[in-house]
This record gives sequence, structure tokens and C-alpha cells, in this order.
Amino acid sequence: MSQSSKKNLTVGVLALQGAFREHCYALVQAGAEPVEVRRRRQLAGLDALIIPGGESTTMGKLMVSYHLLDPIRELGAAGLPIFGTCAGLVMLAREVCEGDQPLLGLMDMKVRRNAFGRQVKSFEAPLSVPALGEPLFPGIFIRAPWIESAGPEAEILAEFDGHPVAARQGRMLVTAFHPELTDDLRLHRLFLEMAAASRAKQPHPMTPPSA
Amino acid sequence: MKIGTMKVKAGLAEMLKGGVIMDVTNAEQAKVAEEAGACAVMALERVPSDIRADGGVARMSDPEKIREIQEGVSIPVMAKARIGHFVEAQILEALEVDYIDESEVLTPADEANHINKWKFKVPFVCGAINLGEALRRISEGAAMIRTKGEAGTGNVVEAVRHMRTISAEIRQLAGMDEDELFKAAKELRAPIELVQWVAQNGKLPVVNFSAGGLATPADAALMMQLGAEGVFVGSGIFKSADPASRGKAIVEATTHYNDPEILAKVSTGLKEAMAGLEIKDIGEENLIQHRGW
Repeated sequence: MSQSSKKNLTVGVLALQGAFREHCYALVQAGAEPVEVRRRRQLAGLDALIIPGGESTTMGKLMVSYHLLDPIRELGAAGLPIFGTCAGLVMLAREVCEGDQPLLGLMDMKVRRNAFGRQVKSFEAPLSVPALGEPLFPGIFIRAPWIESAGPEAEILAEFDGHPVAARQGRMLVTAFHPELTDDLRLHRLFLEMAAASRAKQPHPMTPPSA
Repeated sequence: MKIGTMKVKAGLAEMLKGGVIMDVTNAEQAKVAEEAGACAVMALERVPSDIRADGGVARMSDPEKIREIQEGVSIPVMAKARIGHFVEAQILEALEVDYIDESEVLTPADEANHINKWKFKVPFVCGAINLGEALRRISEGAAMIRTKGEAGTGNVVEAVRHMRTISAEIRQLAGMDEDELFKAAKELRAPIELVQWVAQNGKLPVVNFSAGGLATPADAALMMQLGAEGVFVGSGIFKSADPASRGKAIVEATTHYNDPEILAKVSTGLKEAMAGLEIKDIGEENLIQHRGW
């Protein structure tokens, strides 16, 4: 199956819980075609996947119950580009500092959930993200995690107060903040570039068996 | 760095969407709720059906209970303050609860004024039975709305009425000429700026959940199909025969609200739901939904 790289990218957005609609909207704005993913069969034919913000414990449980955790892990390991924001960052980590919850473990990083504190500590701050250039990116942090430690393969893209809050590893991109709640599409565009580069190299090996 | 902005207040509600917020009275119940997949818990002293049965004045929970619940779970913890009781709200903010529900389920403390929610860093969710009430709460600083339904009844009929009412009123506004919005604002008793925003965007400016009387997975999916962005379940879970299984089933039904095959599966084999109440047997004067103005 070969597709022209001119055709819009089809990007799944995990729609179990959380701010998935905002990601779909951002994708449309950035020129991609979003597909809501709630069941395993909806993973077929995707060029990339976004795991949105929400409650990572809720999402993790639903991913286990609806047999999405292993297939997404396999697709990610096989090269499917994945963008995780907030809870999505937690899901992609290898390890969380406290508690045990289902994780994809696709990125070599340990994360601390709710690292900045409870909701009264949630904040907005302009962020320097060198990979995006100027101007600063509007960071919206909501009960946000941070990356406690990361292996050599993970490239840190942004820090706040000395803590890594955005990273890239291979075809994985993560942010502790919420670009989908802003009008700034640069991170979605960066991710779509990663996905387009990946599609050019590897046209669609990723069709899982339907559930 | 700015904390407590409307963006981060409303943003947390965005993150709760598609989820189930469960009423709990202690840490043990909170853990059951988290395990069932709740996206947040609501700490309160007694669930609404008990408040309804016991009578008396219903107030904010004991801070000790709230702390115990906060320590027991990692998901957001909300708590209820009485309508207009801004000191209960100050206490809840000092406890660092993640959301305050200025709730008609508790006995109102002020019969004219709601809390001025702009004064707080912590976000508020408020109940509404129609669009005007929702917009008045938002003008006072609410960052999230929930339709009221009739709490503690296990009867979804009022939740449906309120959701349909708000949706219909939004559609009416969206169809109006801009010159007609001033009169609409007067009739809705809501600020013109918010009325204009709703007319232009065809939705509320903040997230809207459904609450009050949901007891089954099908009830949750019904409210989602009617346009709720998530659900609160109060007495429906911990007054049922098997809270853990029912909680999980309601979570799954809320995610897969448009998938009848899954709805059939998760509705199967649940033990008894809470006993329900017929609204007309409660008596108009005893309806909780009419608290708040």
C-alpha cells in the first residue's frame, strides 16, 4: 500500500477520556485528518497517534480493558509516531515515581505525576522551546507531571524551573503542558513533520489485527 | 508564571471530559472509585440520598475526611461548599482541593448571593437547570457547569430535562439575529457578553457535565448522547449493591456512549441499582434543584 506523501496524514487521537476533541481540532487546523480511537480496530491505517491529556489512571485502565495497551506499544515499537501531552507523557514513560499503573513504556524516562502540585498550583508560563524558535510557547500546566530523569536517547526540548517538561525520542514527542488548549500549532506541526518523515520511510506496516 | 487563571481553571475541566466523577464519603470509597476508573472524586459527608432521607442542615465535609481522601488517591479531589458560603470555600481552598462544587445538595447559606468565584485560585463547578442559570454562574467565575438533575433520587428524568433545556436554549440563541440578543439576555437574566458568545459558538464557554439521578451505565450514556461532556454520579454508585462493578461499568459506558454493543455488555449482570424515587412523590417543595438563583 503506497500513498502519496501529499495526502493528508491520518492521525489517531486516543479518545477514551480527556481533551481529545481539542487535539482533533488542532490537527484539522494543522492540515491533518484526525480519527478518534476507542477500540483496537480503529488503530488500523494510522500514520500517527496522539495520546491526550486527561487522567492517566482512567486512561490506563480503559486501555487495558479494551485491549489497546499492548497493540499501541507494539505499533510504537514498530515506528508509529506518537505524541503524548500531560497524561499522554505519563503513558509513554518507562516508569512513574509513585504507584504502579499501566504504562506504554516506549520512552526512556521516569516521570513524576502531579509534580508541580495540586490544582491550585496549576499555572501558565511562557516557555522557551529551542526546537520551535521564537516566540516563546504558551505553556499551560494543569496538575502537570515533569520528567524526573531521562536516558541518553531522550532529547529534552524544554525545561521549566529546572525540570524537563518536553522531550523527543525517535518518533515519540511528549509535553507536560497542553498545546491543544492554545492557538499555537507549532508543536502539532512539529509532530506532523515527524510523522510525514516516518511515512516517507516506511509506508504503513502498521495494521494490527482487528479486535 | 501565573496561577489560578481562568485558562487553568477551565483547563482542568477539559481534562475531566469523557470521565465519571464519583461521590465518596471516605478514603476507602475513594480508592474503590479510582480503581473503577473515576477521573475525579467528590468528597462529601453523606451522599445525596442520605441527605434527603436524614434531613437537617447539610454542610461542607470535615477537613479530616477530605485530607484522608486526598492522601488515599492520586486523581483530583473535589469537595462541596454550600451556596454562598464563601468561608467554606476558603477552607476548601486552604486544603488544596482541586475543584469546589458550590452545591445545591448542601443547605444554602445565602438566599440571594452565590460565592464570588473570581476571588479564588481554586476552580468552581456549579449546578444549573437552564442556560440563564449557567451563564449567571459563569459570570460569577464558575469554570465548569453541571446540570443539576435531582440529586439522590436515582431517577434520571430531571437530568434529561435540564440537559435538553440548556441545549434547546443554546440552539435558540444560535438562530437569533444579533439585534435580538439583548432582549434574550434580559430574559435569560444573563450578561450580554456571555449571551453573544454562546450565540456565536453554539455551546457554553466552559465544560458542561450532567449530574443528579444517574444510576446505570445506560443513564450515563444517555446523558452523553444528549450532549453532556462527562457525568457526576452520586448516590448511584455507593448506594448500589456492588459499587466496584457498577462504577467500572459506568466509566466504560461514558467512554463508549455511542457503542450499543459495549453498552449491552457492560450493563449485563450488575447487581441491584440503588432504589429510585419518583419525582412527584418527593413534592415540589422538597426538590433540591430549585436551590440557587
